[in-house]
Amino acid sequence: MLVGQSNARCALPGERAIARGSRWDRLRARRWFRTTAAGVLPVGWVVVFLLVPYALLLVQSLWRLTDTQEIVRWPLTLANYQRLFGTALYPQTILFSAGIALRVTLFSLVLAFPLAYLLAFKVRRHKNLMYMAVIIPLWVSYLVRAYAWKIILGQEGILNGMLASLGLISAPLEFLLYSKWAVIIALTHIYTPFALMPIYAVLEAIPPNLKEASHDLYAGRLRTFLHVVLPLSLPGVLAGCTFAFVLSMGDFIAPQLLGGNDSALMVSNVVVSLFGVAFNWPLGAAVSVVMLTLVLLLLTVANRLERHFDYRGDPGRPTKTDPLGAIVTESRR
Amino acid sequence: MRRAGDGLTRVLWAVGIAVFCFIYAPLLVVILYSVHDSRIIAWPLKLFTFDWYRLLLHDRGMLDAVVQSLKLAMLAVIISLAVGIPGAFLLDRHDFPGKVLYQRFVLLPLILPGIITGVSLLSFFTAIGLSLSSGFPIVPGWPVVLGHGTALISVVVTQVFARLQRLDRFQEEASADLYATPWRTFWRVTLPSIRTAVLGAGLLVFTLSLDEIAVTFFLIGRRNTIPLEIWGRLRLGITPEVNAISTIIFLVSVIVIVIWARLMRDAEGATP
Repeated sequence: MLVGQSNARCALPGERAIARGSRWDRLRARRWFRTTAAGVLPVGWVVVFLLVPYALLLVQSLWRLTDTQEIVRWPLTLANYQRLFGTALYPQTILFSAGIALRVTLFSLVLAFPLAYLLAFKVRRHKNLMYMAVIIPLWVSYLVRAYAWKIILGQEGILNGMLASLGLISAPLEFLLYSKWAVIIALTHIYTPFALMPIYAVLEAIPPNLKEASHDLYAGRLRTFLHVVLPLSLPGVLAGCTFAFVLSMGDFIAPQLLGGNDSALMVSNVVVSLFGVAFNWPLGAAVSVVMLTLVLLLLTVANRLERHFDYRGDPGRPTKTDPLGAIVTESRR
Repeated sequence: MRRAGDGLTRVLWAVGIAVFCFIYAPLLVVILYSVHDSRIIAWPLKLFTFDWYRLLLHDRGMLDAVVQSLKLAMLAVIISLAVGIPGAFLLDRHDFPGKVLYQRFVLLPLILPGIITGVSLLSFFTAIGLSLSSGFPIVPGWPVVLGHGTALISVVVTQVFARLQRLDRFQEEASADLYATPWRTFWRVTLPSIRTAVLGAGLLVFTLSLDEIAVTFFLIGRRNTIPLEIWGRLRLGITPEVNAISTIIFLVSVIVIVIWARLMRDAEGATP
C-alpha cells in the first residue's frame, strides 16, 4: 500500500516546483521509462488485437457493398445504418432478441436468487463445495448444455416419452423443440449460474449482525428480507441481470440449435448470416455495432446503478462487471 | 439456524434443490445417453454400453478435433499468460494515462457476447491478409490461436491482478534491502507468491478455450475444434458418439476446474 502511494505522480503545483530539480527529473524519467517498458507488451497487444479490431468493425460498418458484391471503402457512408433503421426487419430482430433476453434474465433471476440465498445463509457444511458445484457448469460444456435440451424436448425426447408413458399425452408434443420457448429455457439454464455468482457474492458479504439487529428490533423475516437483505443485494442482482441479458442477447448457438424458424429472428443470428451466407460484411458490421452500442450502454447504466445501490458508497471499489475477479475477491470473505 | 425446521425454510430448500437439479439435469441426460444402448436417442433409456466410447477411438474426425483443440488450448494458455501477467503487473504497479480505459478494454471480451469479438477479429485478420488456415498444420491456424489468446487475456489479468493486490509488498522491500537485484527479487520473492494464481489462471484459460465456440466459429481454419466438430454433427442429428465425447470433455473440464479451485483455496489459506 505504502509503496503504491509513494509511486503516485507528483501532481501538486508545489511538488512540481520542487520536482524541477535535476534529481527529481531523473527519477521521474526513470519511472516513465519503467512504466513504458512494462507496458509495451500488454498495452501493445491489447491495442493491436482488441482496440484495432473493434475500431475496424466500426469503420467497416461505414463501408458499402455494391450490387455486384464489391466493397466500396471510400467515401465512408451511413448507408448501412439507413438501411438498418429504414426497414422494420432489423429493429424487429433487435426487439425480438431483447424480448428473449429479458425473459431469460427474469427467469434466471427468479431461479438464481433463492439458490444464492440458500447457499449464503442456510447451507452450513461444505458451503464452498456447494457453491463451486453450482457455478462449475458456467465454465464447461456450453454446447453440451445447449444441445441436451434437444434430447429433452425433442419429439422422441425424454419429456414427450415420459408424458406418453404416464398416459398424459397420446401424440408427442411438437411445439416443445424448435420454438422460442426452447431457446428461452436453454438460455435460462445456461445463464442462471452467471446470474447467481454476483448475487451470492453480495448476499455472502452482508454482515450477519445486520440481520440479527433487524430481528432484535422485532422485524419479522419478511420485513428483514425486504428492508435489509433485498436492498443490500441490489448491486449483485443488477450485475447478475446484466450478465444474463447481455450474454443471452448475443448468443447465437442455442437459438440455431433449438429455435427452429424463430432463431432467424435473433439479432446475433442475423449477424452470423450476414457474415456467412449473405456475405454482406459491412451491413453485418453495422448490426454488430448497434448491438455493441446497446450492450455498452447497458453496462454503463448498470455500472452506475450498481454504485448507486452500493451501501459502502466507495467509488474506488471495483464493481462486479468482471465475473472472474468477483469470485476471487468476493466469494471468500 | 434458529428456526431450521419451519415451513418457509423448507420451501426455500425445496426451491434451491429444484434449481440445482435444473442446472445439472441436462448434463446428466447427456452423460446417461452416452451409455445408452441404442443408436436412436429416445426415451426410454436403455443401459448400458461403452460402444460409443469405443467407436470414438476409431473416429478420425473427432480425434483430429481433439488434437486441434488441445493444441489451441495450450497456445491460448501461453499467449494469455505471456500478455496477461505483464498486464496484471502494469495495472498493479504503474500509473499511466488511460489506465482505466486499458482495464476496461482488457476485460471487454469477458463481458461482451463472443460474437462481437468474433466478427471484429475476423474482419481484422481478413484486413491484414492473415489467412484463417495460416500456420496449419503446426498450429490450428494463427487467427484462431491469436483470437483465443487475446480473448482470454482478461481471465489471466483478473486472476493475477487480484493476487498482486493482496500481496505483502514488504517482502519485496526486504529483498531489495538485502541487496537483491530487481530481477532476483522478482524470481525469488514475487513470482513464488503469485505462482498459484498463474497456474490457476492457466488452467482456467485451458478449459475456457476447450469450450469456446463463439469466437472459434468465426476464426476457425481448415480443421474443427471439438465444440465445432460436435456442432457440425448436431446438424445431422444427435449421435451417441457426440454424447460420449461431450461426457469426456465435461469430466476432464470439471477435474481441471476442481484443481483450479483447490489451488485458489490453498493460496488463500496462506495469505489471509
